[in-house]
Amino acid sequence: MATEEASSGLVFHPMDQFIVKPLFGEGPIHWYTPTNATLWMALTVLAIVALLVWGTRGRAVVPTRTQSVAELAYGFVHKMVVDVTGKDGLKYFPYIFTLFLFIVFANFLGLLPKSFSTTSHVAVTAVLALLVFCTVTAIGFIKHGAHFLELFWVSSAPLGLRPVLAVIEVISYFVRPLSHSIRLVGNVMAGHAVIKVFAAFAAVAVISPLSIVAISAMYGLEVLVSFIQAYVFTILTCVYLRDALHPHH
Amino acid sequence: MANETHDAANGAAQGAAHAAESAGMPQLDFSTFPNQIFWLLVTLGAIWWILTRIALPRISGVLADRQGAISGDLIAAEEFKLKAKEAEAAYDKALADARSEAQKIVAQARAEIQKELDAATAEADAQIEARAALSAKRIGEIRAGALEAVDAVAREAAADIVAALGGKADAGSVAAAVSARLKG
Repeated sequence: MATEEASSGLVFHPMDQFIVKPLFGEGPIHWYTPTNATLWMALTVLAIVALLVWGTRGRAVVPTRTQSVAELAYGFVHKMVVDVTGKDGLKYFPYIFTLFLFIVFANFLGLLPKSFSTTSHVAVTAVLALLVFCTVTAIGFIKHGAHFLELFWVSSAPLGLRPVLAVIEVISYFVRPLSHSIRLVGNVMAGHAVIKVFAAFAAVAVISPLSIVAISAMYGLEVLVSFIQAYVFTILTCVYLRDALHPHH
Repeated sequence: MANETHDAANGAAQGAAHAAESAGMPQLDFSTFPNQIFWLLVTLGAIWWILTRIALPRISGVLADRQGAISGDLIAAEEFKLKAKEAEAAYDKALADARSEAQKIVAQARAEIQKELDAATAEADAQIEARAALSAKRIGEIRAGALEAVDAVAREAAADIVAALGGKADAGSVAAAVSARLKG
C-alpha cells in the first residue's frame, strides 16, 4: 500500500471497505462462511440486545436513561405503525420493529471507523425489501382475496382513465421493492464512498485540512442519513402494509 | 481433453470475474450473495426472536404499569380532593354549629342574669320600701314625741311664767290654756 502510494501519488480505493471477506483465513465464501458481514450483523444483534434487553432489565416505572431510550424507540415505531396502518397493523409491529432496529443499528455501527456496513450491500437491502414486498402482498391476498386487486383499479377516477391508471399502479407496485432497497443501499454506500474519497485527499498536505473538515461534515450528514433512511424504510413498510390491510383508496 | 478445456474456460471466467470485482463494486459480486442473505436471515430471525420473547413484552409491560400507576395516582388524587372538600364542609358546619350554640348560651346566660337582676331589684325595692316605712314611722314617732315635748315645755314654761308674775296657777287651767293656744 505504502509503496503503491509512493509510486502513484493519490490512491483511491473508496469501494474496498465494502468487500466481503472471510473472518478466518482465506478461501472461497460459501453460504455458511463467517465473514465480516456476519461479524457486523452479530454486533447489530448485540447492540439491540444491549439496548432493549440489558437496558430494560430494571423494568423500572421511573426509567433509567438506557431504558427510556429503549422505550422511546418502542414508542416511536409503535406510534408510526398505529398512525399509518391503524390499530389492526399492530399485529405486525414486531416485524416492523425488527426491520427498523436492524437498519438503524447496522447504519450506525457502519459509521464506526474500520467497520463494515451491512446495509451498504444490495444483497441485504434487497432481501429486506423483498421480504416486505412478499409479506405485504401475501397479507393483501389472504385478507381480501381477489378484492386486493382493487388496489390497482382506481374507482374514483373516470372510467376511461382506469385501465391506464391500473397499468401505472401495477408497474409502481412492482417497482416498490426496487426503490425501497436501492434508496437505502444508495444512501449508505454513497456516503461511505465519499468519506473514503475525502480521506484519500487527506494524504496531500495542502488540502488535508479542507479534506478533514469535509470528512467531519460528511460524517455528520451520514449520522443524519443513517437514522432518516431507517425511518424512511420503516414508514414505507407501514405504508405498504396499510395498502395491504385497506386496499380501497 | 474436453474436460481440460472446460476447466480452463471455467478458470478464465473466474479470473475475469475476480478482476471485475476488484475493479468494480463489491456489492455486485454475486458470489457473496448467498452468504450475506443467509446471515441476514439468521440475524433478522435472532432479532425477531429476542423482540417477541423478551424485549417487547417487557417494554409494553413497563409502559402499561406506568400508565396504570399514573391513572391510579390520578384517581387517588381525585379521591383525596373529594375527601378534603368533605372535611372542609364538615369543618364549616361544625363552626356554624359552634357559633349558634355559643349564641344560644349567651342568650340563656343573659336571660338568667336578667332574672337574677330583676329578683335582686325587686328585693331591694321591697327592702327600701320597708325601710322607708320604718323611717316614716320613726319620723312620725319623733314628731309626736316632739309635739308632746313642746306641749310639756310650753306648759312648764307657762306655769313658770305665771309663777314669775306672781300668780298662782293651777296645773289644770294652765294645760287647758296652753293646749288651746297650741291648737290655735
